[in-house]
Amino acid sequence: MFFAEPTQSGFFFLAPWLEFAPVIGLLINLIFGRRFNEITVGTVASLASGAAFIVAVLLAWSVAANHGEVVRWYLAEWIHIGDLQLDWTFRVDSLSTTMMLVVSGVGTLIHIYAIGYMHEDVRFKGDTGRYPRFFVFLNLFIAAMMILVSGDSYMMLFVGWEGVGLCSFLLIGFWYELDTLGQSSWANSNAAKKAFIVNRIGDFGFLIAAFIMFWNFRSFQFDQVFAAAETVAPGVILAITLFMLVGVAGKSAQIPLYVWLPDAMAGPTPVSALIHAATMVTAGVYLIARSAPLYILVPQAQYIVAMTGAVTALFAATIAVGQYDIKKVLAYSTISQLGFMVAAVGMGAFVAGMFHLVTHAFFKALLFLSAGSVILGLERGHHHAEHSHHTEKPNRGRKAKREEHHGEARTEHVEAFDPNDMRNMGGLRRTMPTTFWLYMIGTLALAGLPPFAGFWSKDEILADAFTEGFTAVYWLLTIAAFFTAFYMGRQIWLVFFGEPRHEAAAHAEESPKVITVPLIVLAVLSVIGGALNLPGVHTFAEWLEHTIEVHAGEFVWSVAIISTILALLGIWISWLIYGRNPLKVGQPDPLKERLRPAFTGMENKWYVDELYQAIIVTPFVKLSQFLADVIDWKFWHDWFHETVIVGTYNWVSNIALNRYADQRGIDAFANGLAGVTQWLSATMRKIQNGFVRSYALSVLLGVVLIVGYLILK
Amino acid sequence: MVPISYYIILSAILFTIGVVGVLIRRNALIIFMSIELMLNAANLAFVAFGSVLKSFSGQIFVFFVIAVAAAEVAVGLALIVEIFKSKRSIDVDQMSSLKG
Repeated sequence: MFFAEPTQSGFFFLAPWLEFAPVIGLLINLIFGRRFNEITVGTVASLASGAAFIVAVLLAWSVAANHGEVVRWYLAEWIHIGDLQLDWTFRVDSLSTTMMLVVSGVGTLIHIYAIGYMHEDVRFKGDTGRYPRFFVFLNLFIAAMMILVSGDSYMMLFVGWEGVGLCSFLLIGFWYELDTLGQSSWANSNAAKKAFIVNRIGDFGFLIAAFIMFWNFRSFQFDQVFAAAETVAPGVILAITLFMLVGVAGKSAQIPLYVWLPDAMAGPTPVSALIHAATMVTAGVYLIARSAPLYILVPQAQYIVAMTGAVTALFAATIAVGQYDIKKVLAYSTISQLGFMVAAVGMGAFVAGMFHLVTHAFFKALLFLSAGSVILGLERGHHHAEHSHHTEKPNRGRKAKREEHHGEARTEHVEAFDPNDMRNMGGLRRTMPTTFWLYMIGTLALAGLPPFAGFWSKDEILADAFTEGFTAVYWLLTIAAFFTAFYMGRQIWLVFFGEPRHEAAAHAEESPKVITVPLIVLAVLSVIGGALNLPGVHTFAEWLEHTIEVHAGEFVWSVAIISTILALLGIWISWLIYGRNPLKVGQPDPLKERLRPAFTGMENKWYVDELYQAIIVTPFVKLSQFLADVIDWKFWHDWFHETVIVGTYNWVSNIALNRYADQRGIDAFANGLAGVTQWLSATMRKIQNGFVRSYALSVLLGVVLIVGYLILK
Repeated sequence: MVPISYYIILSAILFTIGVVGVLIRRNALIIFMSIELMLNAANLAFVAFGSVLKSFSGQIFVFFVIAVAAAEVAVGLALIVEIFKSKRSIDVDQMSSLKG
């Protein structure tokens, strides 16, 4: 599988630097990070990510200059065993460069944001030494994500797939010894483990799909698989695509494997924005778009994928309505929006799905980072309020803070204040005006109001569902869009309007420029991002056309008007409930009184975690305990090992070997020999009477005997 | 010419006297003398056969026997002297320390 491509004009030779640049960045921070100050660490990491972005831009330009021709850049041999021919080859085409641009572009902005965010986060958590580690992980993530999007085979993609899963695990558990309130707990590390384990289930599906693929096609390379796919039975393709859907459900947080993503909010906010909203979770969407030639062959699989996405979109949107944690709302919103994307690529609307992926990356990163800014603002306000109360408090150094971190003193310091809880917020538009406006832009983009980016991409999905005859999907997504507008409106009213419901909110402070400037860039992208693929122009569709088979979506006025009206309706209802009469301190959610059982369900995430706990985790733990206690310990150890093996051994050694073979056989022989020798010597000693003359007589007798024998013979 | 049988008979008589002497006497010196008697009985037989068979081998053998007997007497008498020094006796029945 060597690609002796003719020398391409362009910058394709830079492709490996997509991965090398972040790896160099992370190595520098890994080795020297402890000695650098925070600005240097952040700058190195941001430059590394920025370099990857520049490479991505040059690659995209080169693809455009080559009229979208697919270029494979062979870097090194990886695995060559029999039929298995895997190389480290970069695939540069319009689809992969789109992902590269999103990953490195949004990634770089989030790196810059993280310089400011982590500066404060490590101080609130009391461990400044952990600052460089964050950027090492972040760069590692960029490198892994680049492997994922630039790989030329399913196995190369899988390497990145696992790599980003690892980074997700590491970053969710970044404060592994704390919980989200900053108290000593294993909550964060449990969230990290949950994300990793649930993703393993998805990875299992991906691997099965890959194995079936290799078994039938003898290749993992995209083009060879796609070329061979048309020659095999549809059942094989159906199996591949459905197992692949399991992988997608794991990585892109779809039903039934979405449960890890809300818990993943335990990670620092830049992580939530980068990995759990903008890039990693869209890997599943990318995988389906990449495998478009396979999915097109099996309409049943397409239908299942689309329904999975649509149901997830609505289901997660309803849960988002009942959440109080500002990041949890966004997490369920992300699941919901991923449902939109998966539904789109499932329907074969690959352009719409990828388009929504891009715009979602902009506005959801914007929302998460703004939420991070809100959280930091509250933390600042909280500390401010704390310090005005405790002015006599001695000015302790960082070391002392670090030590109280695990001790009792810390609880007195924080008093379990939850800066993520929207019930603690309110009125922040006055104290954090910049963040407020940025959040508004993100909200309007997510709610899907024209002319923001989210409107165009979401509307294209809806229009495709409408025109392609996926009626059920269309209605599910439309209702989900209504809920999206509602929960975002609720969030805006709860967070930014009304009166502060906690003194931390009253004392909240605006974030510094290092945090707001990347947000402004993302806000601009969230506003104008829709221009990528305006109806009738279809820039993005033409761009992707070079890689995957696309059909330009039409603009359906009725769909656009219905979704816009529903979005406005959602925001209006949220105003009626939350905006007109702002929430008071200690007041329960007004929606709770109106639709009591339904809201309790939403609030408790429809008890899915409890359900999984009951039907999977608990039986699994019970089974493990049974296996450990009964099968392993009682059966294997106590009975089989102790009784059967040791007993048999003891019996064999005691009875057979000891009593019979040893005592009666070997010992008897040895004792018999000794007895014979004793008896013989006791007999013979009588001859040894010491009289020389009797010896002489015996000599004589001997001589006589011998001579007599010689004579007489 | 004396027939060979006479020599053999004489030799046998001498040897028998030696054997009986070794067996029945307790005095170490006497036993020694009896051993000498047996050696010389053998010497006599050697010489007799040598002369009958017209061969020098018998006589050469005798010379060796005499030389070895002399050496044996030297060692034996030295032993008897040492035994006498410790036991004040040369009675061979007293020398039974190696009794089983």
